Amino acid sequence: MVTLSSDSRPIIGRGPPLGARLFFLAIVSIALMVLDHRGGYLDTTRSWLQTAASPLYAVIQAPFQAWNWLTGSFADRSRLRSENSELTDELRTARVKLLRFDALAEENRRLRAIRNASQGIGERTLIAEIVRIDVDPFRHRARINKGSEDGVFKNQPVLDAFGIVGQVTSVDRIGAEIILISDNEHAIPVQVNRNGIRTIAVGTGDIHRLSLPFLTIESDVKAGDLLVSSGLDGVFPAGYPVATITKVNRGPAETFAIVEAKPLAQLDRSREVLLLWFDPSKEKPAGNLAAEASAPTATSPAGNDAAATNSPPAAASTPASQDAPTARAPTRSPPPQPSVQAPGQ
Amino acid sequence: MAEGRSSGLRITVTVILALILAIVPLPEVLRPARPQLLLLLVIYWSLSSPRLAGLMFAWLCGLAIDVIKGPIFGQHAIAFAVVAYLTHKNQLRLRIFPIYQQTLWVFGLLAIYEFLVFWIDGIIGSPVTTWLRWLPVVTSAVLWPVLVAVLDTWNRSRR
Repeated sequence: MVTLSSDSRPIIGRGPPLGARLFFLAIVSIALMVLDHRGGYLDTTRSWLQTAASPLYAVIQAPFQAWNWLTGSFADRSRLRSENSELTDELRTARVKLLRFDALAEENRRLRAIRNASQGIGERTLIAEIVRIDVDPFRHRARINKGSEDGVFKNQPVLDAFGIVGQVTSVDRIGAEIILISDNEHAIPVQVNRNGIRTIAVGTGDIHRLSLPFLTIESDVKAGDLLVSSGLDGVFPAGYPVATITKVNRGPAETFAIVEAKPLAQLDRSREVLLLWFDPSKEKPAGNLAAEASAPTATSPAGNDAAATNSPPAAASTPASQDAPTARAPTRSPPPQPSVQAPGQ
Repeated sequence: MAEGRSSGLRITVTVILALILAIVPLPEVLRPARPQLLLLLVIYWSLSSPRLAGLMFAWLCGLAIDVIKGPIFGQHAIAFAVVAYLTHKNQLRLRIFPIYQQTLWVFGLLAIYEFLVFWIDGIIGSPVTTWLRWLPVVTSAVLWPVLVAVLDTWNRSRR
């Protein structure tokens, strides 16, 4: 057959028998998997190995960078001009919005000062670029070009200009891997901006769709509602836009409504993302505020509060901060209705 | 041993190439169909130079895949080792098969590989249940005769 070559002697009698070697390697693999999955003992090893793999990434990036450089340097004048005018327009509208925002922020600060609660607004950010690497077609992971050298850390929130993109899952020296909010292993605690109902938005594996499985059929949500992060997980800061609700389907025989939302961040398009540093300990008042804000309208959201608090914050949120439990306790809301069971854990 | 060194070099070059092709960006439509080139190479080198490309080689290749795309270490490594074991076990038979029969065997090996990966995905709690995940089995099997032709030509011209 075609694959015959000079080195065709079988390997019988060289070293331990084949089966024994497979057994040994299988044991090592299983040990690795257990250590990595159950204990997370291999984070440092992973970061070293991924740093070692960075030349591969550099090789793949090179043609794209060369192309960008070429198109950038040979861009013609008219295109630059039109781009410039577009950007000027955008900046103008953004400034107008910012004016309003300034006023609101000022008012917010005053109100918070009255309530004797300060929320950390002075957050540090860093722009990172998504590296053009296909990690896995069925998982929504991406690599960015900033790593532990720039102070990136595990579970750091990642945003773009429109909303929350995801969080960092593993860091090596010059890069990091992020998980997008649409990955089906990801979940993020959110609240409806209109009335403060809290729940959890779970990724579906579809980049344009999040699912909100813990909203009862009586809960006051409707299509078009804005979902913002509630900050109860200690991973994401409170108040950043996450998604808009696209579909609410209430089956009269069901306990939970089928609610879907569309992520606001341009998960499939943005190449540049924002890494955020914030102090989760300062987020506690925000969580309490949210809890109290939702209390007055709490006839129906009570079940959701229970749902949101009972359900484990899934893969998304490591219960990092000790503040979380206190922030989560739905202090003033009435006890959950009997019809609402704890959702499937 | 000059022979061994030159095929060692060839193995290294092809493996690095396969690793790059494993993560090079593809259009959205083609992404699920990306062939398991590195696994095909492991099978090929296990058949053509079994003394250089043993189980340890296969395991390390799998570990490299784990590093660049796996959710956990050891997942692809163990699947690679199992495929290499089956290849080594049947290498005398596989080498004299005509190409279509060999392709069928490779198809079976790829299916076993995908199944192991799928199984471990399920155990760690992140199963990907879409049928599209089995597409690489087909595309890789289609690629096998091409790969054999190219690498055999290369090996023969270099000898």
